[in-house]
Amino acid sequence: MGPGMLRSVALWLDQRLHLTRLFASTAGHSVPASASSWFYVFGSGTLLCFIIQVVTGICLAFVYAPTANDAWTSLLFLNYQQPLGWFLRAMHYWGSNFMVAVMTLHMVQVFLFGAYKYPRELTWISGCILLLCTLGMAFTGQIMRFDEDAYWGLGIGASMMGRIPFIGSRLVQLMLAGPIIAAETLSRFFTLHVFVIPGLIIALVSMHLRLVLTAGINEYPQPGKLVRKETYMAEYEALVQTEGVPFVPRAIGKDLIFSALLMVGILACSAVFGPSGPSGPPDPTQINTAPRPDFYFLSLFALFALLPPYTETFLLLVGPVIAIAFLFLLPFLSSTGEKSPRRRPVAVLSVMLILLVIGLLAYLGTYSPWSPEMDAWSAAPTPVEYVKGRTPLALQGALVLQNKQCRNCHSLGGEGGRRGPALDGVATRLTRDQLIRQVIQGGGNMPAYGKNLAPYEVTALVTFMQTLHQPYEALARDATVPAVPSAQTQR
Amino acid sequence: MAVHEPQQSQTTPPDISRRSLLFALGVGLNVVAATLVAIPIVGYVFSSFRYKTLQEWIQLGPLANFPEGQTRLATYRNPFTSPWDGSTADIPCWVRRLDGEKFQVFAINCAHLGCPVRWFQESGLFMCPCHGGVYYADGSRASGPPPRGLFEYEYKVQNGHLWVLGGQLPTLSSPEA
Repeated sequence: MGPGMLRSVALWLDQRLHLTRLFASTAGHSVPASASSWFYVFGSGTLLCFIIQVVTGICLAFVYAPTANDAWTSLLFLNYQQPLGWFLRAMHYWGSNFMVAVMTLHMVQVFLFGAYKYPRELTWISGCILLLCTLGMAFTGQIMRFDEDAYWGLGIGASMMGRIPFIGSRLVQLMLAGPIIAAETLSRFFTLHVFVIPGLIIALVSMHLRLVLTAGINEYPQPGKLVRKETYMAEYEALVQTEGVPFVPRAIGKDLIFSALLMVGILACSAVFGPSGPSGPPDPTQINTAPRPDFYFLSLFALFALLPPYTETFLLLVGPVIAIAFLFLLPFLSSTGEKSPRRRPVAVLSVMLILLVIGLLAYLGTYSPWSPEMDAWSAAPTPVEYVKGRTPLALQGALVLQNKQCRNCHSLGGEGGRRGPALDGVATRLTRDQLIRQVIQGGGNMPAYGKNLAPYEVTALVTFMQTLHQPYEALARDATVPAVPSAQTQR
Repeated sequence: MAVHEPQQSQTTPPDISRRSLLFALGVGLNVVAATLVAIPIVGYVFSSFRYKTLQEWIQLGPLANFPEGQTRLATYRNPFTSPWDGSTADIPCWVRRLDGEKFQVFAINCAHLGCPVRWFQESGLFMCPCHGGVYYADGSRASGPPPRGLFEYEYKVQNGHLWVLGGQLPTLSSPEA
C-alpha cells in the first residue's frame, strides 16, 4: 500500500465521517490566545483524571465481588493475589485524590477569573453539579472499599438522613435498601458508583464541553475591563477573530504537559504509597474501631464534632442547601462587571477563607482531639516523675486516675486523650474544692463521676491532682480566702 | 433539496393534518407505554419499603449469660437477612442487667451519628470513638454532641431467655428501634 493509496483511504474516511469538519468545530475551534495559560490547565486535568478513573474502575470491576459477603475478601485478593491488583487499586485511589484536588483548583481558578459571569452561567452551573457528582463518587467509592470504615460510614450517612424531619426514616430505608445495613446496601451503592453517577458525569461533561464551544472560553481577565451584557458577545467575537488561535494545536500545549505530569504523579503516588486499605472486615461486632472518613470528608467529620450540638441538625439540613443554592445563583448574583482577581479582593479573600477553614477542619479531623483515646487508660502509664515523692494517699489517687479511665480524655505528660484539658498543671488552675466539685458533678463537657467514685477515691484522686504542678508554681487558691495571713497585715 | 421544496409545499395542506395526527397519536401512545414501563421500574426501585414491620423478636441468649449488675456485649443475627449478607448481619448490642429480670438493652449505635459505642466498666461510661459522645451506665447522655441518650431495645424474658425487638438501624427518626 503506497502513500497515494493511504491518502485516498484517509480522504474517503474523511468524506464519509466528516472528520475535518468535526475537528474544526470542536478541538480546532478558535480560542482567545490569552486562554493558553498555565492557569487554564485544570479543566482538562480533571477530565484526564476522570478518564483514568473510568479505565481503572472497569479493570477493578473485572475482579471485585460486589456482595457484602465477598467484597472485603476480593479486595484482599486484589491486593495480594491478582497480578498488579494492588497497583490498579492504588491508581484508582490516587486518581480520585488527584481528581478532587485538580477539580478544586479548576473551580478556584474559574471563580477567581470571573469565568462564571455572563454568558457562561450554565458552564458554571453544570460544573457545580459535576462537583456534587464527584463528591458522590468519593462517598460511594469509600463504601466500595467495604471495610469497617465503610460499614460505619454508611451508619453515619444514615444517621444524617435520619435527622431530616418527616421523611427521614423513609429516606434511611431507601438509602440502605432495607431496615439496616446489609447485602442490598452494598449492591445499591455499587450501582450508584458504577452506573448511575458515572453516567450522569459523562452526560454533564458533554454538556460542560459543549458549552465551552458555544459560550466560548473565558479570555484571560484584564483589570478594569468590565463585562457588559450589551457589548460582551461582540467584544468576544472580535477578540476571537483578531487574536484567536485554534485550541488544537496552538493552545493545548500547556494542557498536554500538565496532563502528562498528572499521570506521572498518579503513577508515582500509587507506586510509593500503594492502595488504601481495606482496614478491618465489615463486621459490626468488631466494635474496637474508630471509624474515619477519607480525606474529602474529614472536614465535614470535624465539623460535626465541633458544632454546638443544638445547632447541628439545623446546620446539617439547611447548610448544604444554602451552600448549593449560593453556588448555583452565583453567576446571576454577579453576572457582569470586573473579572480580574486583582480588582476583586472579596472574591480572593473568600477563597482563602474557605480553603483555610476546610483545610483546618480536615487537619483537625486527622487527629480528632474531641474523641476519647479508648486505650489510653491501659496503654499510657503514669509518668514516673508524677509518682516520685508522693504520699501513699496521692499514689492511690494516681491509681484511681488511671483505673477510672480519666486518661482517655485527659493527658498526663503529653500522653492520653485531648477531649478534656491536660492535667499536668491542673493544681495551678483549680482549688481543691473546685477539683472535688468537678470530679463529682462533672460539667463543661465532663461526665459526673459522683456515682462511680467512693468518697475515699475522690479524696485520693484530688490529693494526687493537687501534686500536679511544677515546684515553682503556686497552687490555685480561692480568691475570697486569704492565702497567707501575713499578706493581709502587710496591706 | 431545492428541487423538492416546491413539491412539498404543494402537498402540505393534506399532509399537515395527517402527519400531525400521527405525531399526536405517537406521542400519546408513547406516554401511555412509558408510564406502563415506569410502573414496575419505580416499584422495583422503591421496594425497600416492602418491609411491613421493621422489627422482630430476636433471642439474645440465656439469662445466665448476663450477670446481674453488669453490662455485656451481645450479638444477634439480623432478622432481615439474605444469604450473601456475610458478617454485616451480625449485630451487636449492650445488655445491662439491673437485677432479676430487669434489663436495659442498648443499641450499639451512638445517638449522634451511629458509630459503635464502647462500654467502660471501671468508669461506668459508654464512649463513642467518632465525635466523643459519652453516656452513663443507664444510657443517658453524659457529654459530647449526642442529642439524646442511647437507643434502647424493647425486651422480654421468655423461658429463661432474653429477647429483644430489633432489626432496624436506630436513627433519630426511627426511635422505635
